Amino acid sequence: MKTITDPAKTDNPVAAELGLRLYRQMVRIRLFEEQVNELYTRALMPGLAHLYIGEEAVAVGICEALKNTDYVTSTHRGHGHCLAKGATPDRMFAELLGKEAGYCRGKGGSMHIADPATGNLGANAIVGGSAGIATGAALTAKRLKTDQVAVCFFGEGALGQGVLYEVMNLASLYKLPVIYVCENNLYTEYTHFSETTAGDILLRGTAFGVHGESVDGQDVRAVHAVAQKLVGRARRGEGPSLLLSNTYRYTGHHVGDINREYYRSKQEEQEWKTKRDPIKNMGEWLAGQKLADRSALEKIESEVREEMKTAVEFAIAAPYPGVEEVDQDVYA
Amino acid sequence: MPETAIRELTFAQAVREALAEEMRRDPRVCIFGEDVAEAGTPFKVLSGLVEEFGSERVLDTPISEAGFTGMGVGAAMTGLRPVVDIMFGDFLTLTMDQLVNQAAKVHYMSGGTWKVPMVLRTTLGATRRSAAQHSQSLHAWLCHVPGLKVAMPSTPYDAKGLLKTAIRDDNPVIFFEDKMMYKQKGAVPAEDYTIPFGVADVKREGEDITLVATSSMVEVALGAAKLLEGAGISAEVVDPRTMWPLDEKTLVESAKKTSRAIVIDEGYGRYGVTGEIASVIAEGAFFNLEAPVKRMGAMHVPIPFSPPLEDLTVPTEQTVFDAARALCGQA
Ligand SMILES: Cc1ncc(C[n+]2csc(CCOP(=O)(O)OP(=O)(O)O)c2C)c(N)n1
Repeated sequence: MKTITDPAKTDNPVAAELGLRLYRQMVRIRLFEEQVNELYTRALMPGLAHLYIGEEAVAVGICEALKNTDYVTSTHRGHGHCLAKGATPDRMFAELLGKEAGYCRGKGGSMHIADPATGNLGANAIVGGSAGIATGAALTAKRLKTDQVAVCFFGEGALGQGVLYEVMNLASLYKLPVIYVCENNLYTEYTHFSETTAGDILLRGTAFGVHGESVDGQDVRAVHAVAQKLVGRARRGEGPSLLLSNTYRYTGHHVGDINREYYRSKQEEQEWKTKRDPIKNMGEWLAGQKLADRSALEKIESEVREEMKTAVEFAIAAPYPGVEEVDQDVYA
Repeated sequence: MPETAIRELTFAQAVREALAEEMRRDPRVCIFGEDVAEAGTPFKVLSGLVEEFGSERVLDTPISEAGFTGMGVGAAMTGLRPVVDIMFGDFLTLTMDQLVNQAAKVHYMSGGTWKVPMVLRTTLGATRRSAAQHSQSLHAWLCHVPGLKVAMPSTPYDAKGLLKTAIRDDNPVIFFEDKMMYKQKGAVPAEDYTIPFGVADVKREGEDITLVATSSMVEVALGAAKLLEGAGISAEVVDPRTMWPLDEKTLVESAKKTSRAIVIDEGYGRYGVTGEIASVIAEGAFFNLEAPVKRMGAMHVPIPFSPPLEDLTVPTEQTVFDAARALCGQA
């Protein structure tokens, strides 16, 4: 295992502007997800809702190292990736509610949001389902010399899927500009990863010649620093990498997963929330470095709260797609 | 409670009881799948089994559908009787080589030497707002393959009896459960019973039209039959219960009696189960039919997330009612 990237030791000093941006982006994801929770528990949102709360630093640290034109593929827990890559909350909420103004005209929903304008090739409800897509996007970028890179976000549960290893081999053979980001939040649905994952995760990539690193996924500066390094490698044609981001989901596998004691303790949850919260810790770091004072951080929070409130109102008021929409777009 | 008492069980409880009884009866029976042990699956169908049978017989797996389905095939060939759990029928795509090229063919290719006594339980059905990758009814794919048997219970009673038969069968059986049906209750005897494969069940007798319905569509057909009664049309509802083996005789006889038939199934209409059953009826009852056999299935689109769109994609009591009236010349 590679050692965890220490931000203090990277030659990537985070400027105040970047620091505040990382902070704001994380707050946007957190407050977006709080609204999702609210919509869901008020029975305004159909289907399932898998919240990204607790994992914000991973999506933000990585997407802030990408260009708008770079690609990402996402998962069933995808709202964070989508926002971090640049989607707007109003159309996201509209999609979550199945409204026509949504990114997919309401036909995709939470688990399938995609947005070509920000390089988001789509969330995916099949675990590991986007590994091929991200690799294919990297192949296109290489063939057409577009200088783009592709990031494949996946939960550690996807380590069980054979397709992941097939594409790592392909990406390594063809030196593709793709970064496989494993978000290890410790649990698949209701099972600890140690019960489903043998051996060393990074060595799985090493076996194919895929460059591996791991990072504290609660430290947005560390994630950002390592992402810049891996994106740089990819753009220079140095091939694929596998980034293991160690993180934690604060809430249930989905909003309805309330009684969790049979698979993890309340104390464990509490410890992550109090000691390793990415937003709180970044806020303290910004304050400690005198890059922002309390009131600046509070202002960010209230601005974002307003942004989310307006976006939810937009989505609730938006109409459903017309019935004629149902058989549109089956074929291109 | 006396041995023969009829209790009300939910569909999920009936499935669990069948598994528990078979596991008590035969130590070779075991379960593998994702979150099958302490979690008892996301649908809580298997709750309590790991506590009784232990984690060797109720084995939590990684998210490796191809791998553990293949493990099921090999284990079945060599002395275990695995019941493989695939959470959503949509994930069957990941298991297809193991089912189609391995499990289905081993017995035949080995000249009858090896057997694959494996059951694969999975789900089907839309209208749960789960979008295109968690809502499909893909059973027709498996029905197409020689060597596989396919069961699709529509009541708790049928679920228990058919699952026991599946576990005792020496062939690979794919067992489809409608995930919207898990909480539905019905009478289930406490004692051991099995339901033979290839025997349809007439869920309601009628004179004017036959509604052949599978799995989730049986309730819909029964609801439509009630509406039809109000319109003066007497509908018979026949549930084949197993798609293969298929009880062609009962289907044909019912259609001969009523002279009209609609086949309703939640899979896609095109190239689907409904087409097969409709042609069985057309061939067998041609001279007794007063109208072409009609098929009703899922609309030929990926299942959309948006509720008002999703609701258009599957047959409902109302659409079956309308179609039946039209077929009976009442439209
Ligand atoms: C191929 C496949 N198998 C099973 C599932 C059901 N499922 C949905 S999410 C999930 C757990 C995923 O865990 P992980 O990849 O670690 O992501 P997390 O939910 O922890 O973010 C499972 C088993 C699925 N969607 N796809």
